[in-house]
Amino acid sequence: MSAGATGKGASHDRASWLDVPRAWLSHHWACAVASIRHLLHTAFTSAMTWLVIGIALALPVSMLIALDNAHRFSSRLDSPVQLSLFLDPEQTLAAAWQLQQTLEEREDVASTRLVTKEEALREFQELSGFDDILLHLEENPLPHLIVVSPADPRMSAGAAANWQSELQALPGAGRAILDMEWVQRLNSLIRLSERLVAAVGLLLTLGALLVVGNTIRLAIENRRQEIVVIKLVGGSNAFVRRPFLYTGVAYGLGGALVAWLVIAATLWQLEEPLRSLAQDYQSEFTLLGLGWKGGLSLLMAGAVLGLSGSWLSVSRHLSRIQPR
Amino acid sequence: MIRFERVSKRYTQGHTVLDEISFTVDSGELVFLTGRSGAGKTTLLKLIILLERASRGQIQVNGQNLTGLPLRKIPRLRRNIGVVFQDHQLLFDRSIFDNVALPLRIAGCSRRELGKRTRAALDKVGLLSRERDMPITLSGGEQQRVGIARAMVNKPNLLLADEPTGNLDPELSAEIMSLLEQFSQAGTTVLVASHDLALISRMRHRIMTLRDGRMLTASGEY
Ligand SMILES: Nc1ncnc2c1ncn2[C@@H]1O[C@H](COP(=O)(O)OP(=O)(O)OP(=O)(O)O)[C@@H](O)[C@H]1O
Ligand SMILES: [Mg+2]
Repeated sequence: MSAGATGKGASHDRASWLDVPRAWLSHHWACAVASIRHLLHTAFTSAMTWLVIGIALALPVSMLIALDNAHRFSSRLDSPVQLSLFLDPEQTLAAAWQLQQTLEEREDVASTRLVTKEEALREFQELSGFDDILLHLEENPLPHLIVVSPADPRMSAGAAANWQSELQALPGAGRAILDMEWVQRLNSLIRLSERLVAAVGLLLTLGALLVVGNTIRLAIENRRQEIVVIKLVGGSNAFVRRPFLYTGVAYGLGGALVAWLVIAATLWQLEEPLRSLAQDYQSEFTLLGLGWKGGLSLLMAGAVLGLSGSWLSVSRHLSRIQPR
Repeated sequence: MIRFERVSKRYTQGHTVLDEISFTVDSGELVFLTGRSGAGKTTLLKLIILLERASRGQIQVNGQNLTGLPLRKIPRLRRNIGVVFQDHQLLFDRSIFDNVALPLRIAGCSRRELGKRTRAALDKVGLLSRERDMPITLSGGEQQRVGIARAMVNKPNLLLADEPTGNLDPELSAEIMSLLEQFSQAGTTVLVASHDLALISRMRHRIMTLRDGRMLTASGEY
């Protein structure tokens, strides 16, 4: 038997079944409004909290944006892998042509370029300025060289090493030097940074969570008496919890908004210098920002962060406040 | 409506305040609970809304057994019981209107209904003109009346009042008592703790007296 249905005093005043969801909605609405009013009322504290959360969110997000752009940038650069295949010094030019032919027929080779020992010597003379010394040499000490571009320019480091030893083993071939281009170093740097960003992002998010939690804890302390009275007159835990959860969401949303602004301002600042830098390198690279989708996801993330932070705090501190 | 069966209460550090108390209060009855200061009147009322748990014995309220009632069911129990607290328990950062309207907000009353009922309750205790004021601007007796209005506002079927006339002059005290009487006549069960013997013995209702942890006169006597 439920307590509410018995007795003469209560039954005739019970809300109709339609009233209940309406009242529930209106309490949610009232909590949302009250939490915004509370934020405005405590403008300074709220602003500080927003800033802290905003910075904590902006750092990892802008690092992600930077990484994303670096990815796009590196994927546009051509032929990251090249192989310089030196022939054995005693090999003749005919043998070099022969080897070049063999290489051209391979599936995993895109193109080859033969640099004869004479060409190499000339180039070396021009570059080094050691004309005199080299003139005195009786014999050209340089080998023929074939520069090989792979069919798959973005092969992994392991695959490239395999390829290298395969080509080295060809008859007439001497040493093969793989040009691990800086692009590939950039790629591994990007991969490393991704992990770093994940770790830093996790830490900063945790920090933001704690900031929200602590702010909510203070709010709970400030409204201790109110919580006691609400519990005395029959307010459920959900009823008591609701305004604090809304306040948490408002903190999270505000923080995300600050982060969005910070990121947008930073990108705006960087756009011009980056464009001129890209022009210097004859590249058409443009910086890609958050966009609407990214921004909205950031807001969502902020809201979720605020909600979980306040939930943590509320579940820890609210049950401790009991009327006596 | 209320049934105590051999109920004892002992605070964790302290003596036994209530010792094997048994009594019943019927639906629609008005009963006074009296006894010296420290006799355990407040403690007994706290047991009914589970602000404290009985150490031993069975308590039934509204047909519901309170022994082992899970925590999550306590709010619902309290929503059906109006309580006038000895120490008022008002919120001093909210208007008088908002204080009285609180139980209706919790119950999820529509806005119009809430305004209507809150004003009706404030009118009954004679404080309608002060609805916009803050409780701090009221005298002790007026604060007590706000507490009474809040206890009655959602027309509970059980009303507990702990010294509802503690700070009132004789005339107002009599008025409040007759208000409580009206409630019981309308079908509400009312249990009033009071040591204003002069006043309550003039009203022809049952009086229960606590002394040394025992219930002296449990029924039938005036
Ligand atoms: N939380 C508590 N912990 C320990 N002892 C308590 C607690 N609350 C009350 N007591 C003790 O229980 C006894 C009864 O207290 P209670 O408040 O019920 O008395 P009362 O009859 O309401 O008195 P008064 O008329 O002064 O309000 C007192 O001796 C008091 O010291
Ligand atoms: Mg008392």
